[in-house]
Amino acid sequence: MANKRIDEPTGTETVGHEWDGIEELDTPMPRWWLWTLYATIVWGVIYVILYPAWPLINKATEGVLGWSSRGELAEEMSVVDQARTTVREELARIPIERLPENSELFGQAVAGGRSAFQVHCSQCHGSGAAGSQTLGYPNLNDDDWLWGGDLKAIEYTLVNGIRAPGVNDTRMSVMPPFEGAFDADQLTAVTNHVLSLSGKAPSTASGAQLYQDNCSVCHGPAGEGNRELGAPRLNDAIWLYGSSPEQLRAQILNPKMGRMPHWSGRLDPVTIKMLSAYVWSLGGGEEFVEVAEDPAVEVDEEP
Amino acid sequence: MKNRDPSRASSAPPRREGAERDWSVVVEDGRAKTNEPVSSAVANPEATTLRHEPHEPPRQHLPTKLFEKRTKVHNKRIDGRFRRFKWFVMFVTLAIYYATPWIRWDRGPYAPDQAVLVDLANRRFYMFGIEIWPHEFYYVAGLLIMAALGLFLVTSAVGRAWCGYACPQTVWTDLFQHVDRFVDGDRNARMRLDAAPLGPKKFAKRTFKYTIYLVISFWTGGAWIMYFADAPTLVRDFWAGEAAPAAYITVVILTLTTFTLGGFMREQVCIYMCPWPRIQTAMMDEKSLLVTYKDWRGEPRGSVKKAQKNPGKFGDCIDCLQCVAVCPTGIDIREGPQVGCITCALCIDACDKVMADIGRPRGLIDYATLEDCEKEANGEPTRSPWKAIFRPRTIAYFLIWGSIGLAMLFALGVRSHVGLSVSPDRNPPYILMSDGSVRNSYTLKLRNMESRPREMEIAVEGLPGALMWTDTIGRDDAAGTQIKTVPADQVLSVRAYVIAPEGTSTQEFNFRVTSRDEQQESATTETRFDTPGGER
Repeated sequence: MANKRIDEPTGTETVGHEWDGIEELDTPMPRWWLWTLYATIVWGVIYVILYPAWPLINKATEGVLGWSSRGELAEEMSVVDQARTTVREELARIPIERLPENSELFGQAVAGGRSAFQVHCSQCHGSGAAGSQTLGYPNLNDDDWLWGGDLKAIEYTLVNGIRAPGVNDTRMSVMPPFEGAFDADQLTAVTNHVLSLSGKAPSTASGAQLYQDNCSVCHGPAGEGNRELGAPRLNDAIWLYGSSPEQLRAQILNPKMGRMPHWSGRLDPVTIKMLSAYVWSLGGGEEFVEVAEDPAVEVDEEP
Repeated sequence: MKNRDPSRASSAPPRREGAERDWSVVVEDGRAKTNEPVSSAVANPEATTLRHEPHEPPRQHLPTKLFEKRTKVHNKRIDGRFRRFKWFVMFVTLAIYYATPWIRWDRGPYAPDQAVLVDLANRRFYMFGIEIWPHEFYYVAGLLIMAALGLFLVTSAVGRAWCGYACPQTVWTDLFQHVDRFVDGDRNARMRLDAAPLGPKKFAKRTFKYTIYLVISFWTGGAWIMYFADAPTLVRDFWAGEAAPAAYITVVILTLTTFTLGGFMREQVCIYMCPWPRIQTAMMDEKSLLVTYKDWRGEPRGSVKKAQKNPGKFGDCIDCLQCVAVCPTGIDIREGPQVGCITCALCIDACDKVMADIGRPRGLIDYATLEDCEKEANGEPTRSPWKAIFRPRTIAYFLIWGSIGLAMLFALGVRSHVGLSVSPDRNPPYILMSDGSVRNSYTLKLRNMESRPREMEIAVEGLPGALMWTDTIGRDDAAGTQIKTVPADQVLSVRAYVIAPEGTSTQEFNFRVTSRDEQQESATTETRFDTPGGER
């Protein structure tokens, strides 16, 4: 520390450096500033003792308070679960077909179903549940149901899946491939007949005959479909795999058949119930009331 | 206060004791030679020091501190017409502040019965017969604009009367100063007590005084939260420890700020913290009413005795310093208009009293415009101060202010108490149904702004063949219109499905909601119907 001296006018020591005649006064730090610094140091030591701080090889030091962000999250989640318990218990108790009668509980179920849908279902059916024609995932917003669109039928589909391997009660439908069964004219005739069912093309006698012989067993004489077998309606405007003659022909010769995983065992019954309510609420589930009030159908849905 | 220079103008520099000590040589010297204000000497010390004699070591007199230490203001009690007016304003403003939340206003069974209520939880603002919803916040904006224009109006008409009488800082400071007077006595007693060492008596007095401060502050904070919840319920909850944390936090914060700002910082808030005086100085002109010391009449100052000995040589000011003693911000009005003056006019009261005592006419310090001052100094006739209020600028402010108020009242009078907002589903935009028809879904928000449940009819307009149903009315009952009951004072969210026959093109159409009561209020919102292939 060379050349330290007292600055005459102020009585303060200089730091001892000089830059082109300019000197700096060695003014001490303000006291409050120093005390703030010391306080932060003390606080830092306390913090290191109380909270997780030093990173070690596998984990950090734990801190005497035992606090961790994961622990805090778990706590918060358990609080949320606690708050949901009543609703979930009520949902577990109520038979699903009677859920719409309790509009508040139904609203909660739909809300819960909406978030579960985004986690488990949106990958195939899309976040708006609109499905995909290109990939063959059905639109859940419409009123066309292969297996029935009431709450019970939807729940059954969710629980057991469609063509889910290893599930005895799964929904199972088989459309045989007609590769080689029809010649080119026959194929055109039957395709036109199928299109004629919804007024998309003129029919011919041979096409009608071929349809009656080969298709009406499952799809019905007028193409009304059969939910028992999962045979789709052919006389409506909704075509899961497309309605062009080419798409129809491909479907007749070498049918694509969708599959859906079963959710029993993966999701708890209450979540499945909520998901069913959500899917039902999307605008196509309005048939439920009639179906539910008809005990015969209800029995049919129970395998 | 030794430096009596007869040639000094009324705009002479402020002379505070501390400053005078540090600056004795420079100030005396500078003033004697150049009659320059101290402020410029502070800003440019070199310029002043250059005038010293060369043999004097110049830097010795540099101040080591560039700010002046605060001298506590012990303002003296005074009575007079402005003091009485100040009492009146203080009483009225405090009464309004403390009592308003307790006024009841019957709005029926579905709405709170507090006359003025900012209901943050339910996002409503009640003010007597007016209820403001969040989407109508422009009314609040309008009120704020009116408040700002009102300040402009007051400033242009009567100068800083807002500061002197109605500003909360002034009102509470005044209140706290009365507490000082009540506990410690008037000016001289307070000064003695301040100077005295801390003994049991002083300690007891201070404790007592600060307790009163705290009680007032607590009351102030407590009254504030009453505006945000039902007052009687909140009082009970507050003491039962069941009120919202925000209530306690607010009370603590407002108690502490009132205690600090009203009890201790006082005039410093006005002089150093408040931006309003800075704006006001730009808003006032020579036609604004101000508290003015008429220096042509007062100067040169001299005692009654001196004036009697030398008739015609001295002005009316006898330098009794009463105007300074009563000033709540501790300024000397005789130094001319200044930021520290809040125009409370207590100095007028003090001076008038002294003038009456010595038998001279009142009004040495008075409300006057600078323009009138000039005229009066030149012996020209002046107008009544009341006339200063009516001039183009104030009338223009008043017209703008009034027309905003009228426009808001008109808008409030004709506003519809029914509202509708529509958001169409975008994912997916449309659904093809099995019979070939197309369905779109919408979320409608029906707003009922009256405090009774109302039946409302929702109709689809301008979409041929369209039918609608909602989340609670099944598709079997699909029709062109649907009826919903919207709860009192609430927004009902309705999911609506609109189905249009095959072949409908993508187009705009309207939802219309109409109240099914004698008012038949309706609201219409345009939205869009999407169909396959109609993407734009």
